[in-house]
Amino acid sequence: MNLAYTERQRAFRAEIRGWLSEHIPKTPLQSFDTAEGFAQHREWERTLHSGRWSMVTWPQALGGRGCDLIEWLIFEEEYWRAGAPLRVNQNGIFLLGPTLMDYGTQEQKARFLPRMASGEDVWAQGWSEPGAGSDMAAIRCTAVQDGDSYVVNGQKIWSTRAVWADWLFGLFRTAPESKRHHGLSFLLLPLRSPGITVRPIKQLNGQTGFAEIFFDNVRVPLENRLGAEGAGWQVAMATAGFERGLMLRSPARFQETARALAALYQQRKARDGGVDPVLGEAVARAWMDAEAYALSTYATACRLQKGGHIGAESSTNKVFWSELDVRMHETALRLAGPFAELTGGAPLAVDHGHWLEGFMFAQSGPIYAGTNEIQRNIIAERMLGMPRS
Amino acid sequence: MDFTFSEDQTMLVDSVRKFLMNEVSPELIRELWTRPSGRSRELWSLLAAQGLTGLSVPEANGGMGLNDTDWVLIAQECGYHALPEPLLDTAWAAAGLIAALPDSDFRSQWLSKIADGSARIALAQPQSGLVPDAHWASLILLPQDGALYAVSPQLARLTLQPSVDASRRLFSIDWKTDDAERIATDAKAICDEAFNRSAVAAAAQLLGLAQRMLDLSIDYTAQRKQFGKPVGSYQAVKHHLADVAIRLEFARPVVHRAAYALAHRKPLAAVQVSHAKIAAAEAALLAARHGIQVHGAMGYTWEMDLQIFMKTAWALDAACGDRSFHLARVRDFALAGNAALGPAHTFEE
Repeated sequence: MNLAYTERQRAFRAEIRGWLSEHIPKTPLQSFDTAEGFAQHREWERTLHSGRWSMVTWPQALGGRGCDLIEWLIFEEEYWRAGAPLRVNQNGIFLLGPTLMDYGTQEQKARFLPRMASGEDVWAQGWSEPGAGSDMAAIRCTAVQDGDSYVVNGQKIWSTRAVWADWLFGLFRTAPESKRHHGLSFLLLPLRSPGITVRPIKQLNGQTGFAEIFFDNVRVPLENRLGAEGAGWQVAMATAGFERGLMLRSPARFQETARALAALYQQRKARDGGVDPVLGEAVARAWMDAEAYALSTYATACRLQKGGHIGAESSTNKVFWSELDVRMHETALRLAGPFAELTGGAPLAVDHGHWLEGFMFAQSGPIYAGTNEIQRNIIAERMLGMPRS
Repeated sequence: MDFTFSEDQTMLVDSVRKFLMNEVSPELIRELWTRPSGRSRELWSLLAAQGLTGLSVPEANGGMGLNDTDWVLIAQECGYHALPEPLLDTAWAAAGLIAALPDSDFRSQWLSKIADGSARIALAQPQSGLVPDAHWASLILLPQDGALYAVSPQLARLTLQPSVDASRRLFSIDWKTDDAERIATDAKAICDEAFNRSAVAAAAQLLGLAQRMLDLSIDYTAQRKQFGKPVGSYQAVKHHLADVAIRLEFARPVVHRAAYALAHRKPLAAVQVSHAKIAAAEAALLAARHGIQVHGAMGYTWEMDLQIFMKTAWALDAACGDRSFHLARVRDFALAGNAALGPAHTFEE
């Protein structure tokens, strides 16, 4: 065990810190759940790409830096520390990207990855359907082969940012009579294809973060299938592992929130001359939990670099960060006290209503990427070996 | 940056695990509960014969000179098997404390005795004044007013203070400060370090205890049937144990970092030790609470082995600084207003 960074790692940190301080937009970007905000974020992705910082773990040939997991963690720490914008293309970067690397053909990689890195293609997920949420094997959307393409019919839902995104990845039933997780294929399709209707769904905050997507005889070329026909489930499980696991929620995000909570505590103390000790304890616990999450991620990253495999960490991580996020935002609102209810538009809103926004967003954490109930079942059955129900 | 244990470390702990599995059974623990001393000379001799008493004694004094990161995995095994001997107090915490003293006859003599297993050392707990295993010790180390005293158990009046854990022998102690027993005058820093080491030892044991209670609960719920199915197949039972597994997953690296911080004398070691003690205690307490729940009424009986590990966990939660003490240390740090919080401070140098 050696918990000191190498010279190379320190130099890498200094490089990213320098670049970010010069390039981060001076005024905060609008929410990417608005047309204007989405365009601003796409522009930011382009800027990041111009510095080769958009996909640091990708190979150099694809515009990345070939970073290992520790360097990736360092990059994320600096990114969050600097207050850089959220990544509008996180579905692509953290989910589809790694899946394409593992399962894509050379042609698919060349076709999709560079445009993803530059922000030209922003991706949305097409997993859930009205009858298939956490029970993803209940998917009914069909893709029937007809000549050199599939003909897609059905409906997807809860597709984040599909209103503005360019492409969709998801699971479709390519063997019409198949059951459960058999006969599914993983397809990539442009959201502007004829026959697609995207209907926005407003989220809790009133913005159109979600969409439902209707497919009416949409033609998708066969070469847009990722992995073998009928093998979509395995490909999707790999993607879900990325989603719940290391990449989607880097610990730096929560460490930054814990730091901001401590600052909010100081604000409250300055205003009132004292703070309920219960809130002090909640802040201290938020910091400890964010640290624990970071330490666990470093430990996993080191183990993976030595040839280990990702196991049930995906599920333990997902439950831990999603519930931590809720607790931290509950603490923030208690620290905001009587001003907690004020929205960003209110002149007296604490931190421009940022905590209230975060609080509402945190409510979705225990639900998306597989509900926490499903994650706990996975932990019990696959990690602890408990009998299946 | 390497947050993994070396092959040497994992091999050592594998051999300790095998040894404890063979020598420290729940049957032996129950038998020792009935002895007045609560202890076994045979078991202590075996521990010494394995070389375990000499692990952190410097090589010059006949030991192996291992550090806190080597010990942390071994302490987890001691917790997993609820080892009822003062191995961690003597061979880790006390050995570290004595090794930190300036060179003297006292230092070399006692380090050699620890290494060969002929001495057991008891340490007073600064937070409570209680001394575990004082009756079984060759020497009691007592910090007082910044100085450190080494007291012979024969010269002190010991009063047994029975613990919820029948394996623990705790004593309050009456003695008159005697200059002849003072072995260091300005000893606050090394005594604080020894206290932190004891707290990490407790934290690591609590991790092991949590894992043992989880394992016992998994086994029990796989066998016990209700409504025609193993109770472990029901989602409510699964979720109780999944919650324990999650808590344990996120406590483990915290304890490991604390051990590293102690071994390398990092500036934030005390805060990180407190974090470790809190995280491990809460994992173990949850394992106990959910363990008893999924065992049903059986978990409330003397017969099940669960009680052995549960009671040790409850005892260690209170020992080596209770959670209020450790939480106060973390709070004082995090709320000071100038603390290095946020990303990029996890491994501050």
